[in-house]
Amino acid sequence: MMELIAQNMAPIMFLSLVVFLLIGYPVAFSLAANGLVFFAIGVWLAPYSENTITLDWPLLFTMPQRLWGVMSNETLLAIPFFTFMGIVLERSGMAEDLLDTVGQLFGPIRGGLAYAVIIVGALLAATTGVVAASVIAMGLISLPIMLRYGYDRRVASGVIAASGTLAQIIPPSLVLIVLADQLGRSVGDMYKGAMIPGLVLTALYMGYVFVISMWRPQWVPALPPEARTLGHGVTSLLVAIAAVIGIGYAAHVALFPIYGANADILGATIGIVMIYIAALLDKATGLNLMSRLAQQVIMVLIPPLALIFLVLGTIFLGIATPTEGGAMGAVGSLLLAALKGRLNMGVIRQALASTTRLSAFVMFILIGARVFSLSFYGVNGHIWVEHLLVAVPGGQTGFLIFVSLLVFLLAFFLDFFELAFIIVPLLVAPAQALGIDLIWFGVILGVNMQTSFMHPPFGFSLFYLRSVAPKQPYSDKVTGLRMAPVTTAQIYWGAIPFVVIQVVMVGVVIAFPGLVMHYKGVTVDPAAVEITMPALPTLNGGGIGGAPNLGAPVLGAPVLGAPKLGAPVINP
Amino acid sequence: MQPLLALARAVDRASAAVGKGVAWLILLAILVSAGNAIVRKAFNMSSNTWLELQWYLFGAAFMGAAAYTLQQNEHIRIDIVYGAFSRRVQNWIDLLGHVFFLLPFVVLMAWMLVPYAWAAFQSGQISTNAGGLIIWPARAILAAGFVLLVAQALAEIVKKIAVMRGLIDDPHEFVSVHKAAELEGAALAAEVARLAAEEARK
Repeated sequence: MMELIAQNMAPIMFLSLVVFLLIGYPVAFSLAANGLVFFAIGVWLAPYSENTITLDWPLLFTMPQRLWGVMSNETLLAIPFFTFMGIVLERSGMAEDLLDTVGQLFGPIRGGLAYAVIIVGALLAATTGVVAASVIAMGLISLPIMLRYGYDRRVASGVIAASGTLAQIIPPSLVLIVLADQLGRSVGDMYKGAMIPGLVLTALYMGYVFVISMWRPQWVPALPPEARTLGHGVTSLLVAIAAVIGIGYAAHVALFPIYGANADILGATIGIVMIYIAALLDKATGLNLMSRLAQQVIMVLIPPLALIFLVLGTIFLGIATPTEGGAMGAVGSLLLAALKGRLNMGVIRQALASTTRLSAFVMFILIGARVFSLSFYGVNGHIWVEHLLVAVPGGQTGFLIFVSLLVFLLAFFLDFFELAFIIVPLLVAPAQALGIDLIWFGVILGVNMQTSFMHPPFGFSLFYLRSVAPKQPYSDKVTGLRMAPVTTAQIYWGAIPFVVIQVVMVGVVIAFPGLVMHYKGVTVDPAAVEITMPALPTLNGGGIGGAPNLGAPVLGAPVLGAPKLGAPVINP
Repeated sequence: MQPLLALARAVDRASAAVGKGVAWLILLAILVSAGNAIVRKAFNMSSNTWLELQWYLFGAAFMGAAAYTLQQNEHIRIDIVYGAFSRRVQNWIDLLGHVFFLLPFVVLMAWMLVPYAWAAFQSGQISTNAGGLIIWPARAILAAGFVLLVAQALAEIVKKIAVMRGLIDDPHEFVSVHKAAELEGAALAAEVARLAAEEARK
């Protein structure tokens, strides 16, 4: 009997962890307690285990050193930095300005407001990793406008809930940081790997809106002329964009001999800075060569793009580590808030308080997980899991599908920090045994975890939207008409098509590793990719059916063994 | 019970003071880290002192805030089953959890970490990185964080018993994570509306 228990300690320990966690005591301490209890049992039963248990008391005294390792982890420092940045940005009003302006830009076309929400969602996602902020801003600004002009309630709420979750997959997201840390890969590589899938996903969302606008035009009407407050002037904007591309390309050509592969990011930066100065001068001098629309778009769009460059650009160029990129982004967000006159002591204090609270509970889950893993590895738990998972039929693909399903289901109960710290470490060995690239694996996990944010009925994004969507009938501010509320069922139904898109996307990433694997080869050009985004809806005629085409690895198949150009310098 | 409650309140005040105070270290860490990147690029200078200072500061922030986070009932739980119980059962889960899960863990860690920090202090050990910082303050932060957690755990046990006996009001009614998300959203929406109104007044 003792032998039987001793030799099956790993499954027993894992099952009891499930029980410990389900009781509902804080996760961090339940993990630690589970680890300690089974450490004691393990030491006691070790003699009966035929060497499958390798625990003894001296091993427990490695705990201080393990805690030291948690504390001195430079990668995880990025968590408070990006959290702080996100909270400050959400107070800065940047999202509101973006939604107003981009909404005006796209409003006149069918589905325009929905495109605007998706584009702004992607832009916000590229500046911060906070879902709540995006969803709430969109729910407050865009949802009332969409409802006013007759958008279908399901489509409107689905687009908002889904676009907010882009923050989870488009770098610099917190999920990618913790995944990179737990998978033992560099955050910079993880960011590079997730960039293209994040943008493809954005394009898929737009494709969905495009399909709706063809199939059910009355669900996504264009803004009526009286609602287009910024007037016309798209030509002027197109000229400005052409100028940016021209200047950027010229700068690229001029800089290429000196800076090589980095010239494209630098060239794009120069082009953008020039046009921003031009717009400022145009407005200040009253020349008004540009249309009001063009001026407004440029002035509102450039600060977030600058912030994106400050964070992602410096990381991809190898100027800063992801942690430093986060710190610079945090400083940048403070500057931006100050420029908008939204910075005061209260904002800083509140942002710091939330950041500290999040840091404390996240780091303690990690500490708890370290205690758990000390015992779990001591009872050969990792070998048990590896045997279980390698036995999944279908090789690499079978394993990836199985893990995707597993994470998808677990995400109903666990949030991504818990998944990343408890489950992901167990998946590393089997993934490696099957020859799966861990960055690719991380991105697949990331898309799955993102899906859990919008999945009814537990998705957090849906709750954030629920909190700001009208629950009671209300009178519209502009038209004065009595409007029906948005029901919870409508929010759920609206999210479902996007959940389907997510599932398709997981399949696409599994089927086309090239989407991710380019991180090994030539550096992606995030700045250029971001700038061309407003042009995406027209490029995206294929809609959902066109997914595999969109998914084609445009940026080159993985160049194995190629030197990692421009990889970020990670400090030891 | 009353003297114990007074003691628990004293612990609460101490953790709150520490927990709120250390938040500023995060701002400091941000400035150090951003400064680091800029200085390295602009002047081609790099110093391990500053690199290590970043995580010393962050370490102090999350270790220092752990006890306050516990007091505020902000360490996350999986509430799918917990949320279905009555408040009475939840109180029992919390109490037993404090006594059998939390307390042994933090006492054990504090018991290990205090000598660990003390040894580093006596030997004056310095980080092996060139220009690295002296090690004991960081270890002392770890130890102090867990000592504070031990005190807070005891205070939580006292307060929980007092709540269950009806001596004091329940400081934390149960709110599910999803309800909390909704409340957070509503609070944020109110904040945005307030800011917008303020701006309109200007």
